[in-house]
Amino acid sequence: MPIEIKMPALSPTMEEGTLAKWLVKEGDTVSSGDIMAEIETDKATMEFEAVDEGIVAKILVAEGTDNVKVGDVIMLLAEEGEDASSVEGKGGGAAPAATKDDSPEPDAKADEKKGDKVEDSAHPTQEKVETGTRQLFEAAEKEGRRDPEVPEGTEMVKTTVREALRDAMAEEMRSDPRVFVMGEEVAQYQGAYKVTQGLLDEFGDKRVIDTPITEYGFAGIGAGAAMGGLRPIVEFMTFNFALQAIDHIINSAAKTNYMSGGQMRTPIVFRGPNGAASRVGAQHSHNFGPWYASVPGLIVIAPYDAADAKGLLKAAIRTEDPVVFLENELMYGRSFDVPKLDDWVLPIGKARIVREGSDVTIVSYSIGVGVSLEAAEQLAGEGIEAEVIDLRTLRPLDKETVLKSLAKTNRLVVAEEGFPTCGIASEIIAICMEEGFDDLDAPVGRVANEDVPMPYAANLEKLALIDAARVVKAVKKVCYKG
Amino acid sequence: MAKAPRAAEPPITNRERPAEPQPYDASKDELLQFYKEMLLIRRFEEKAGQLYGLGLIGGFCHLYIGQEAVAVGLQSALNGDTDSVITGYRDHGHMLAYGIDPKAIMSELTGRGAGISKGKGGSMHMFSTEHKFYGGHGIVGAQVSLGTGLAFAHKYNDDGGVCLAYFGDGAANQGQVYESFNMARLWDLPIIYVIENNQYAMGTSTARAASEDQFYKRGESFRIPGIQVDGMDVLACRGAAEEALAWVRAGKGPIILEMKTYRYRGHSMSDPAKYRTRDEVQNMRDTADPIDRIKKLLEEQGVQEDELKSVEQAIRKQVNESADFAESTPEPEASELYTDVLVEFY
Repeated sequence: MPIEIKMPALSPTMEEGTLAKWLVKEGDTVSSGDIMAEIETDKATMEFEAVDEGIVAKILVAEGTDNVKVGDVIMLLAEEGEDASSVEGKGGGAAPAATKDDSPEPDAKADEKKGDKVEDSAHPTQEKVETGTRQLFEAAEKEGRRDPEVPEGTEMVKTTVREALRDAMAEEMRSDPRVFVMGEEVAQYQGAYKVTQGLLDEFGDKRVIDTPITEYGFAGIGAGAAMGGLRPIVEFMTFNFALQAIDHIINSAAKTNYMSGGQMRTPIVFRGPNGAASRVGAQHSHNFGPWYASVPGLIVIAPYDAADAKGLLKAAIRTEDPVVFLENELMYGRSFDVPKLDDWVLPIGKARIVREGSDVTIVSYSIGVGVSLEAAEQLAGEGIEAEVIDLRTLRPLDKETVLKSLAKTNRLVVAEEGFPTCGIASEIIAICMEEGFDDLDAPVGRVANEDVPMPYAANLEKLALIDAARVVKAVKKVCYKG
Repeated sequence: MAKAPRAAEPPITNRERPAEPQPYDASKDELLQFYKEMLLIRRFEEKAGQLYGLGLIGGFCHLYIGQEAVAVGLQSALNGDTDSVITGYRDHGHMLAYGIDPKAIMSELTGRGAGISKGKGGSMHMFSTEHKFYGGHGIVGAQVSLGTGLAFAHKYNDDGGVCLAYFGDGAANQGQVYESFNMARLWDLPIIYVIENNQYAMGTSTARAASEDQFYKRGESFRIPGIQVDGMDVLACRGAAEEALAWVRAGKGPIILEMKTYRYRGHSMSDPAKYRTRDEVQNMRDTADPIDRIKKLLEEQGVQEDELKSVEQAIRKQVNESADFAESTPEPEASELYTDVLVEFY
């Protein structure tokens, strides 16, 4: 019985990838630890090692094949004593096929094998654990209505958030020689999450600079360089690590213009992924939006889709003010329409209505927008039309758009992937109380993560994070329908 | 910008080090200029202390009395068109040494609209981008990373400038200082790290806070050489600055100057100074005062008593005028509360 070698998942959210290269051929003997193939995602290239020993009997997916689903059988390995040449692959001896069965492991077959250790290791089942972050990720494929700022007839190009961010940086670096990127693994490694991919090749090591692991130091160097007239983009591998550097973000970057009576500016962008990523535990799953949004002197941006990511990052690089630009790792690989325009720059401080509705307003930002759109679709099925607002900028907050929508719908829910206490939701609720009280037909609802550090276990993580069901429930409550 | 890995080396290396600096050979005019600048700082700070006592200056106010030779000696060696300076909260002296108008500084201390930061910064937060003086920073050690960033900009722009980043023996124990050392040497940035060792970090003596109290050695593990300098002697300070500038301008990367100095006054205004004896302070004043030292040299060079007296009077007058101005000029307009939070409108 040959061992089925399956397309591996290189990350918890990976669903497919490219089989870039085979490093073994049929007839080769492999032993555990041998590198058999190179597998690529939009994020990374990984070497795929053998765990079992045997002879390569059949390669079922040719190298260079894109969109190979995680769990698909890509190779058959003959075990010791087995005749490799007699192994029949699913490709049936024909040229290795790129298309495969969608359900490579029928449940019945998997059940049969239970209790049989040898067969279990030969036919491992690809796990797809239901987690909270997977729900967030899946909701994040939802695209809102087109930005009204896009001129009629503009060609739209499907672009990942990752590419959109990279394009924004590259375009600004082309037009302004003062702009440079600095951070851990931004240059030679092409970015820990591949956001800076290709920048080193185009701009060289003077402008794309790998730093040691030393957040406090390079955040300060970036701020100092901005004070000295440059336009730094400082990448934090994640914003969790920016806690090491928060002194320079707050005390140096945010306050200097005021303290100097407008004499000394700090035009810098601090950017990187923020919020919960997939199953990375408490120290790597924190939305710092509310922290930074509480500080005068800072601009805080947290985009959802690729067009906003591009247009707002370009604006962030251009402004004279210091910007905290909060991305989301789960969003990097998601594709959205981006207008094909020479210079797509969006205004900072303007929210966007990503779905129009008349019954209730859902306010969100970053990955929460996907959850809100999903909830809005479900609610539409039940006859409730929700208007969804993506704040996009957390500071300065676009109160006007929120209050205008509230005046229309008279009911409001905030959906925030972050802690409930002292969150952006708290601020929106305060604004509604102070300035929209007469428009409210029900108390404002709040849907946020549970008030606990992020757990690792899949079931607990799922319990901790927001999801569409909770948003739906909160909306029904403010609509007095359930 | 990264460097290739180096092979292990024996502990004793013969790597290049800066030469032992020589005391600066000042002309009589230069000596007189040093004297004037140091005296201006001394009188200005004494006046600031007085205004603080009268309730005209609030918050924290860290005086530079005793340390005058450091700022005056070092900054006299800079190229004002290209080089930059950054320091911590004890910043009045560095600004005066740059020739920044005492009125703008004193009225910042009194929190007036005519202050150099429109009254919104105060003692610890003053800047003059015109003079390439980048503050005036209140967080201990922050100026070291920021200064390294200024040096980064000098190198990026290839403008020939060098950054002079001052910090104290207290700040020298902060982690970000070493993060900055590492990157400054890795990228050979044009920066002189000036450790003003006045022997006390607030109330904690270097003996109680520094496992290596020879601060000029603090860059060794980053291959940054250091020089220890008599910070009470303006000519030694200037001489060390010349050596350090030559090193950095030759593209050899950063260098450390440890300035052995002493502050006569407390850390800030409300410091009871129980951590040192009155005798210790008096002894420094009597034997090592930087202004007395230069005054003696001037007298030896034949400068007459009455000439020195008229210098003293002119400075007193200038300082009194700055104090009068700072007391009488109005506070900022209430509308200033909301300006300069952000540069742009959104």
